[in-house]
Amino acid sequence: MGGIPHDHYEPATKGEKWLHSRLPIVGLMYDTLMIPTPKNLNWMWIWGIVLVFTLVLQIVTGIVLVMHYVPHVDMAFASVEHIMRDVNGGHMIRYFHQNGASLFFIAVYAHIFRSLYYGSYKSPREVTWVVGMLMYVLMMGTAFMGYVLPWGQMSFHGTAVITGLFGAIPFIGESVQVWLLGTPNGAIDQPALNRFFSLHYLLPFILLGLTIVHVWAFHTTGNNNPTGVEVRRTSKEDAAKDTLPFWPYFVIKDLFALAIILALFVAVVGFMPNYLGHPDNYIPANPLATPTHIVPEWYFLPFYAVLRAFDQDVWLVIAVNWLTFGIIDAKFFGVIAMFGAIVVMALAPWLDTSTVRSGRYRPMFKWWFWLFVVNFILLMWVGARPAEGIYPYIALIGSTYWFAYFLVILPLLGVIEKPDTPPATIEEDFNAHYAPNSDGGKPVASPAE
Amino acid sequence: MSHADDHQGTRRDFLYYATAGAGVVVTGAAVWPLVNQMNPSADVLALASIRVDVSAVTPGTQITVLWQGKPVFIRARTEDEIAEARAVDVSDLPDPDAYNENLGEAPATDENRALTEDGVWLVQMGVCTHLGCVPLGDAGDFGGWFCPCHGSHYDTSGRIRRGPAPRNLPIPVASFVDETTIQLG
Repeated sequence: MGGIPHDHYEPATKGEKWLHSRLPIVGLMYDTLMIPTPKNLNWMWIWGIVLVFTLVLQIVTGIVLVMHYVPHVDMAFASVEHIMRDVNGGHMIRYFHQNGASLFFIAVYAHIFRSLYYGSYKSPREVTWVVGMLMYVLMMGTAFMGYVLPWGQMSFHGTAVITGLFGAIPFIGESVQVWLLGTPNGAIDQPALNRFFSLHYLLPFILLGLTIVHVWAFHTTGNNNPTGVEVRRTSKEDAAKDTLPFWPYFVIKDLFALAIILALFVAVVGFMPNYLGHPDNYIPANPLATPTHIVPEWYFLPFYAVLRAFDQDVWLVIAVNWLTFGIIDAKFFGVIAMFGAIVVMALAPWLDTSTVRSGRYRPMFKWWFWLFVVNFILLMWVGARPAEGIYPYIALIGSTYWFAYFLVILPLLGVIEKPDTPPATIEEDFNAHYAPNSDGGKPVASPAE
Repeated sequence: MSHADDHQGTRRDFLYYATAGAGVVVTGAAVWPLVNQMNPSADVLALASIRVDVSAVTPGTQITVLWQGKPVFIRARTEDEIAEARAVDVSDLPDPDAYNENLGEAPATDENRALTEDGVWLVQMGVCTHLGCVPLGDAGDFGGWFCPCHGSHYDTSGRIRRGPAPRNLPIPVASFVDETTIQLG
């Protein structure tokens, strides 16, 4: 597997040869685990393992929770309380699952920003990037439907708002909404709860499948690394100067990072499990009263801010409304903007025109990138504010920068920026950071051969 | 192998198209039930109508009842509220349609929205036309309803006046069956 020359699995014993000629599964596992990995990877390359761990955590705790949960409008809330109060260790399992969603999104945002800074999305890793974006969207769908299941006030009215988005689609919106919710007037009721439960159980397994595709794709192209310079593929010896096998070097490093992150995670689960939640969701769903302040979970806030930014007073919305003869109104425009924000991100490989991959060697890009990160946090903050006063303007400015970053800045920077010169090889970069020993002349962390 | 044999080619082509066509039809026939099962089921669709006792609703107050899974506002309006709603010129409204299921398409005058001719009774869905929150009564800049989610203001006739909501609050099929009872649906 992969274009980087390295030693492949050779069956040694008679038994191994027998199996290998029938099903080369050991070879597949060996090549996956021993994949040559750039030896200069920094700490931002640990999030993949954190994400795999979190997916497994969510699936395992989720399967266990389903043994006690009842997907019925009259019993869902009570069954969650039953888990919290009566089931042995149930409160702990549910809190792990609930906060696991937050860990998932912290890790995925770090993972995405890593890729945006070091240009991991650029050729030849476009497929890895697009599959990753697809997984991100599925993750959001899964998290949203999971949040509905406890059938609290936020579950219920959050569902009303989010499924209301589909009702904004011109012409077919109402039929789509009726179809999604299974009620003739788009009421949120038993059919919605039942099907969201089914899909919430299904989607993580699709995510698991896509994880394999995602890993397969970057094992084919090789990992990116902080320099953005490709591993030398001229010979096995050259490749070995730039890389170390994934096992044991990176596995140990990743597990160490995972241990630190899990220590923090367990502290949150143990001492402040509801810090990231909303008290309103501990009130049973009541269709007759909306909570005064509907706020999505923190990980949706930047996109929620984009959704709300475009009201009918924005000139762009007015212009589009006029040009489409009123088909695209403010409500539908907001929906397009929200989904468009993710689409433009998925198109980054084709929008970024720079010949240099890593942001480390792009003096102007760096500033725009960090502004993008700050803007993301700003959008997250403003998404939780009420839609009045100055906040819609801040949301509008933030949303504009989001689109400008992908549609204007990334294409233009490649033309006007004069990038620095990246090192010729990964080995050069590695030796610059970890000087070879003065006596032996060998790098400190040379591979055991 | 010869490609020039027209007879065989035509026959084979026909079989290809017939097989592919049958495959598409069978796939569609197999997928459609899987899609359609998500549409509202027969029991949910069965027309549910309810009767609401409104004897306790005095002018200036309202009740909210649950009908087909959604809130319905039933309000007895004061003289001032009626006067305020009727003073508005329809051409000033963001949405000129009355959205009254009892009438069909009609201009959004207060007369076309109120349940009774004297204008006292106003029955409407309590679902914001923006993203489906439940608006608050006696609130907002137009003395009617205000949606706290994204700041839509409705007037005393339930018509959208300002904010992101695109339409007036819809009016469901409703009628008085006796002096103090309203039937919904």
